[in-house]
Amino acid sequence: MSTATLPPFPVLTKKDFQTDQEVRWCPGCGDYAILSAVQSVFPELGIKRENFVVVSGIGCSSRFPYYMNTFGFHTIHGRAPAIATGLKAIRPDLEVWVATGDGDALSIGGNHTIHMLRRNVGLKVLLFNNRIYGLTKGQYSPTSEVNKKTKSTPFGSLDRPFNPVSLAIGAEATFVARSVDVFQSHLKDTLRHAAAHKGSAFVEILQNCNIFNDGAWFSLTERDARNENILQLEHGKPLIFGKNRDKGIRRKSDGDIEVVTLGNGIAEADLIVHDAKHPRPSYAFLLSHMEHRPGFPTPIGVFRAWDDLPRYEDVLNDQIKAVVAKRGAGDLNKLLHAGDTWEVK
Amino acid sequence: MSTVFETPLSRVKPERIDRAVIRFAGDSGDGMQITGSQFTNTVALYGNDIATFPDFPAEIRAPAGTLPGVSGYQLHFSSNDVYTPGDAVDALIAMNPAALKVNLGDLKANGILIVNSDSFTDNDLRKAQVTVNPLENHSLDKYRLFSVGLERLTRTALEHLGLDAKSMDRCKNFFALGMCYWLYNRSMTSTVRWIEEKFKNKPLLVEANKLAMKAGYSYCEATEAFQVSYEIPPARLTPGMYRNLSGNQALALGFVAASQKSGLRLFQGSYPITPASDILHELSQYKDFGVMTFQAEDEIAAVTSAIGAAYAGALAITTTSGPGMALKTEAIGLAIAVELPLVICDIQRGGPSTGLPTKTEQADLLQALFGRNSEAPVPVIAPATPSDCFWAALEACRVAVKYMVPVIILSDGYLANGAEPWKIPNVTEIPEIPVQFAKEVNSPNGYLPYKRNPDTLARPWAVPGTPGLEHRVGGLEKQDVTGNINYEPLNHEHMVRIRAAKVAAVVQDVPDIVPAGDDSGDLVVVAWGSTHGAITAALNAQRAEGRKVGHIHLRYLNPLPANLGDVLKRYKQVLVPELNMGQLIWLLRAKFLVDAVGLNKIQGRPFKQSEVEQKIEEMLGIS
Repeated sequence: MSTATLPPFPVLTKKDFQTDQEVRWCPGCGDYAILSAVQSVFPELGIKRENFVVVSGIGCSSRFPYYMNTFGFHTIHGRAPAIATGLKAIRPDLEVWVATGDGDALSIGGNHTIHMLRRNVGLKVLLFNNRIYGLTKGQYSPTSEVNKKTKSTPFGSLDRPFNPVSLAIGAEATFVARSVDVFQSHLKDTLRHAAAHKGSAFVEILQNCNIFNDGAWFSLTERDARNENILQLEHGKPLIFGKNRDKGIRRKSDGDIEVVTLGNGIAEADLIVHDAKHPRPSYAFLLSHMEHRPGFPTPIGVFRAWDDLPRYEDVLNDQIKAVVAKRGAGDLNKLLHAGDTWEVK
Repeated sequence: MSTVFETPLSRVKPERIDRAVIRFAGDSGDGMQITGSQFTNTVALYGNDIATFPDFPAEIRAPAGTLPGVSGYQLHFSSNDVYTPGDAVDALIAMNPAALKVNLGDLKANGILIVNSDSFTDNDLRKAQVTVNPLENHSLDKYRLFSVGLERLTRTALEHLGLDAKSMDRCKNFFALGMCYWLYNRSMTSTVRWIEEKFKNKPLLVEANKLAMKAGYSYCEATEAFQVSYEIPPARLTPGMYRNLSGNQALALGFVAASQKSGLRLFQGSYPITPASDILHELSQYKDFGVMTFQAEDEIAAVTSAIGAAYAGALAITTTSGPGMALKTEAIGLAIAVELPLVICDIQRGGPSTGLPTKTEQADLLQALFGRNSEAPVPVIAPATPSDCFWAALEACRVAVKYMVPVIILSDGYLANGAEPWKIPNVTEIPEIPVQFAKEVNSPNGYLPYKRNPDTLARPWAVPGTPGLEHRVGGLEKQDVTGNINYEPLNHEHMVRIRAAKVAAVVQDVPDIVPAGDDSGDLVVVAWGSTHGAITAALNAQRAEGRKVGHIHLRYLNPLPANLGDVLKRYKQVLVPELNMGQLIWLLRAKFLVDAVGLNKIQGRPFKQSEVEQKIEEMLGIS
């Protein structure tokens, strides 16, 4: 047999991505499930292990790099997107994943998050959303529901939460998805979609904090509730949900959307067919916002996967190449002698 | 297509002098910075030594004609060495009453005063809060006053071109420049070249500005307004090729040189801030050198993107001023903890808070040395002159990659915008910056990211993408050698001490102090940064009077030169002039127990030579 049939490098397994470090999340934490899903998906991507980098900020989620046997950088609070942007600018060839949380990405690092998405830096961002500050032992977060009673808000929190998916779409992110820690196969699928996206891929992962915010997402994860309250988005498929898959989302004549029950003259053909690849973000934003309306489901899956925008790191490097092609590689001696010079004899 | 533009021969035989200080002052919209820098370029090309002091308001356009809108540009040029822009002014060009009011105090008695009489209407006087027209009440009698209708004369010269009045008036600074060229017997050629390049797509403006300048020159020639003109022969500079260079330009060129000499791509993460933005403007032009500039969303992203680039193996820098330094503080701590090379430029300005954005100060020294949480030392380098910024950039990059440590460069607004002749180095004489990336697993138990070089204590630089070297770094305390998270008490103490020892080890790259002037004696001046010129001039003058004084100018503020303590003991008194409340003096007293005396000025302006001399004389008991 010819060597051409051999794989280009040893086939990796989940074990190859596990480290010898003791994992220090609380027993029962949703982060374990996310770690397991990521370790399962990485070997499938056909990327050499040394070309993976996991970058994180601060918070429970940000311990992630220590448990991934790749290059890893545990940085400072909120700044992972900016650090990863510098890394990607210099090394566009690397596969860089950012692990962050609701406080890290949306509070202290909110600015970096939106600017990374605006630039379409080729990063995969996993936002672990448990709607609480866990590492600092239980203060409300920018995704906590109004009137949340926590250590820092004994009379209830007052500020409206961010919807991370809406925020990302508002920043015109080119890939936005949502999954749930306990839905392992859905989570892995979502991660695969994210991995396949060239530009910024933003994935909100709904995650339980069984110590400080237990049941954060029970309305979506409990067996009875999940089918009724969750709408699974699939590109090219109609928006159908409900225990009996008898409800759907229909476009109204005024452009708004409504929940309808199938039957009585309403057929699947009347429902919106999910188009994740639409170039404009307005449809995806409409989807992301419906969970705030009574009677509407919470969508999970890929909201938006429009991959026609060039990555920031590519245009950055291409511009340099274009200038070099036009001017030729710079000559230091000429640069130092540029402008008006004179000779003293 | 450059037109021939001959400089006519002057009818007045010029008087030969050895130095002059000239100041152009006008409204922010009058083009004083351009006028000043054109005059500077011309005298530098002629071979004079120079020092400049551009002084402009933070406001882009304060209301026209008002006091806050006054912009000035001072130039000291000479056939001898020049160290400062000059304490007092020999010739002042004032474009309006506000400029006259703000600047007149610095004009020497019997100095030349050219004023634009067309802008002394009642309205102009009111805007400048002047009640009586100074051109009419003999208050300017002690100066050689030349009251010239710049607008009227410029319009007359340009009337055939068909420009509107506003466009013609915009050329009046070139009329004034032409007058100054006549006064100091200078050729207009280089400014003509500049005008042709600057307005190359607007032939009418090329013509207008050239004509205005020529008209200014001819006006002096024809009207016999000035009874005298001056000639300042070229200075005796070291032979070689020269160019004019400002501190910010010098930093930018130094970083490009460091990139070329290290073979590393230069990455600059920066956020616009006065007076540092020019470094970003400059470097963003050099993409043909592979330079990558990143205008970040804020100061924090500017430094953290640079840290990400350093992690990826680039020569990473971030450039800012004091307020930006404050924002970058935590990230600099991260670079210290993960031991990555990084150069941070702080172009200091007056503070606190927004303070005086366009004015100079040296008050970030203690911030640079100590302004981070916990024990977080870094090497700190302060260039002394605009052209020294070139070498400081190279030095900072070399130390950063050699020791795997962030390095701070402390420049200031005065160095950043001031210009001086720079002897262009031969590229082959600039030393290479050796860099070694880790390529191999460095122990039988796998890759150890914190296994140190015994000489420098630097950890290896293992960039992502290198097979077998997968490892984790972060801001949490780690075990030495392995890099694993470790909270043990003795490990933490070890790590704090080893990070400090690494920075202390940089002293092997710090040359011993050799004082300027007397190497022992009655008094030593110890200083750092941009005060170099004023102190050098003061010291020369004092030594010429027979006083036994020396000058130590510290380039490294951390670590300090190994012999500094011994050298200080060779003098009876120690004077520490600083443009702050006394920061270096604090350090010297703490480290060396010396009874140093401070000279402190916090006015947003550099020292005058006379201020330093006065203090020296006071300390030596000379009155």
